[in-house]
Amino acid sequence: MNFEFSDDQKQLRDQARRFLAEQCPPKAVRAVLEGAAGYDKALWQGLADMGFLGVAIPEAFGGAGAGHLELCVIAEEMGRALAPVPFSSTVYLAAEALLLAGSDAQKQAWLPKIASGAAIGTLALFEGPGNPSPRAIRLGAANGVLNGVKTPVADGAIADFAIVAARVGSSGRETDIALHLVDLKAGGVAAQTLASVDPSRNQAELTFTDCKAEPLGAANEGWSILTRVLDRAAVLMAFEQVGGADRALEMGRDYALDRVAFGRPIGSFQAVKHILADMYVAATLARSNCYYGAWALSTDAGELPEAAATARISATQAFQHCSKQNIQVHGGMGFTWEFDCHLYYRRSNALALALGSLSYWEDQLIERMRKKNAA
Amino acid sequence: MNFDDTPQEAAFRAEARAWIEANAPKQYQDELAKASLGRFTLAGANVLDVAKAWQKKKADAGWACLHWPKEYGGRGSSPIERVIWQQEEGVFGKLGRMFIIGHGMCGPTMMAYASEEHKRRYLPPLASGEKVWCQLFSEPAGGSDVAGLRTRAERDGDDWIVNGQKIWTSGAHYSDYGILITRTDPTVPKHKGLTMFFLDMKSPGVEIKPIKQANGQSEFNEVYFTDVRIPDSQRLGAVNDGWNVSLTTLMNERMSIGASVATGFPELFDYCNDLVIDGAPAIEDRAVRAKLANWAVKASGLKYTAFRSISALSRGERPGPENSIGKLVAGSMIQEVATYALDLQGAAGVVSDPAHAEVEGKFQAMLLRSPATRVEGGTDEILRNIIAERVLGLPGDIRVDKDVPFNKIPTRGRG
Repeated sequence: MNFEFSDDQKQLRDQARRFLAEQCPPKAVRAVLEGAAGYDKALWQGLADMGFLGVAIPEAFGGAGAGHLELCVIAEEMGRALAPVPFSSTVYLAAEALLLAGSDAQKQAWLPKIASGAAIGTLALFEGPGNPSPRAIRLGAANGVLNGVKTPVADGAIADFAIVAARVGSSGRETDIALHLVDLKAGGVAAQTLASVDPSRNQAELTFTDCKAEPLGAANEGWSILTRVLDRAAVLMAFEQVGGADRALEMGRDYALDRVAFGRPIGSFQAVKHILADMYVAATLARSNCYYGAWALSTDAGELPEAAATARISATQAFQHCSKQNIQVHGGMGFTWEFDCHLYYRRSNALALALGSLSYWEDQLIERMRKKNAA
Repeated sequence: MNFDDTPQEAAFRAEARAWIEANAPKQYQDELAKASLGRFTLAGANVLDVAKAWQKKKADAGWACLHWPKEYGGRGSSPIERVIWQQEEGVFGKLGRMFIIGHGMCGPTMMAYASEEHKRRYLPPLASGEKVWCQLFSEPAGGSDVAGLRTRAERDGDDWIVNGQKIWTSGAHYSDYGILITRTDPTVPKHKGLTMFFLDMKSPGVEIKPIKQANGQSEFNEVYFTDVRIPDSQRLGAVNDGWNVSLTTLMNERMSIGASVATGFPELFDYCNDLVIDGAPAIEDRAVRAKLANWAVKASGLKYTAFRSISALSRGERPGPENSIGKLVAGSMIQEVATYALDLQGAAGVVSDPAHAEVEGKFQAMLLRSPATRVEGGTDEILRNIIAERVLGLPGDIRVDKDVPFNKIPTRGRG
């Protein structure tokens, strides 16, 4: 058994960590949080130049052709640094959807641009409150054009193209949903940025009006492709969440070592130690579940649906728990704008809702376990 | 990243599997599979007899205490082979429960501190289960604060005379030998005046009284020592160095990975598949699913945390501290799981009679036994301290008794 990343993969992680420590300090996150740019353009180009955006894209499409384990270690570092860039939308969702279902021409059109940093992609799925469900999709596709509204769309106002889930039938079945590829710069789409709990990442409402679109994948397979894309993205997002959880734990630990009250470091009080120990437990369980997800993703194992849901739930819980308790350890200072605690708190809660929220994945996990059990 | 065996590991696995297939006590397989926390019986057989017979059979064929050297009754296997054996032994491994302390803690301590002659004499029958060992550490005055123990050992020629009382000694009532930590100098700070011995539990002056537990069972004992003579040759480590010896014992607890901790989740998942509430399987209920999912990811997290440790072993590294979270997570989880299983049964959840209760009262037995899991072998709070101090590097507690001679430490909280 070798349930660990290889030395090369660990080197890649160290390289990514060093790069992000230099290019993405907290003040870079704050610049996006407090500004109007929507993302850090210099950082995005730097990530492309490092080969990180195309790490799992085959060489034939301009990528490094490494693999998903390599992408997992980079995702973790992106989460750790709270990188204010459309990495998850572009790499976990748009690129994965293209790789799974795109025609050769579609892949040639967009994957090299993703790898080079020339194009930002996203997935337009949600239409208001609710979790992923074919019944929730009203945006319609007919005669090669889309009409309807998607909200919220992560990185929607800065994206160059989107994978859009659209209704093509009304039978009430999953086959009513088809995926479409839309060039967002070609007209027919209006984007409006929305204020959100984590302004270090863009959220937008996209309105499609007779917008030209081309099908992505077979018309009646939209939902099944989407489910597979979400599973793959769930593993990658879980790594991002675990990276954030670990950093929040470190921040809490460091503060508890430095801050003195009642004549002693607050980290010597059991009440504080136990908070931090529980953060460590949550982060460790999540990391182990993520490794399982990474194995399933990289080998395209039959266990992927279950492993992805497991990693996603565990990592969501861990990041939310660690970022919340990090503020608690910091006390009042943790609630100031100047301390970085709220950046992690914001990001943890935003990531918890992307790709479907906790309750969605809980339901999915048990359904998948039940089916496996019955089989 | 893979779960595959190396060719050597695969060969070892095949050999172990074939031997177990041909030799395991299959007549007990179903009952062993159903055994859970607080419920372990074999119809028409004494569990201890069945366990000893299986251990002896393994020892005769060279499958006992695999990672021990051959001359002490083991097989000289690598840590990863030991894990593979545990995986293959499956439910029959539950029979090893009464040997866990002897094999996991007493044996390694003997190996580190006993004389060569004693190792060759005592370790092989410990490995084969012919002799059972217990560990005499906790005392009424020293539970989590084990160094606060008061059992005295006083030098008398070539012997030591022991007086005092131990408590929470698992399996003392069926043990042949024990390792015993005593106070040999009460005039120095508490950690510095302790000495470790091993002794014959049949020695004159040793009296064993089973404790009737809150769940009605008796797994633990009080052990009283009245002028018990122990030869100095049975001392383990230097006089007054017993604290360091005990750390060896306790560190070996952490090495016993692969022995998975019970969470109650598989039992609850099966139960929710079978249970019908308002005409539909419980598992189709969204509220039930949310609960199950939360426990599922914890159980999975523990499983793959153990796999990470196994990988470290497989590469020849020492396992890290990740594994210390096992009992902390599983202990409170099994209590919550049992509570929830009863909740699903409504008023009927109160019934524990195996002839009438749901799944033969499995969850009721689990509920009543589970408080102990959060206390035994390090309370939840002590485990959190260990994680905080040894993993996260937070400062130790301020210990008001650290530099005080043991006999000057206050012993009462009020008055």
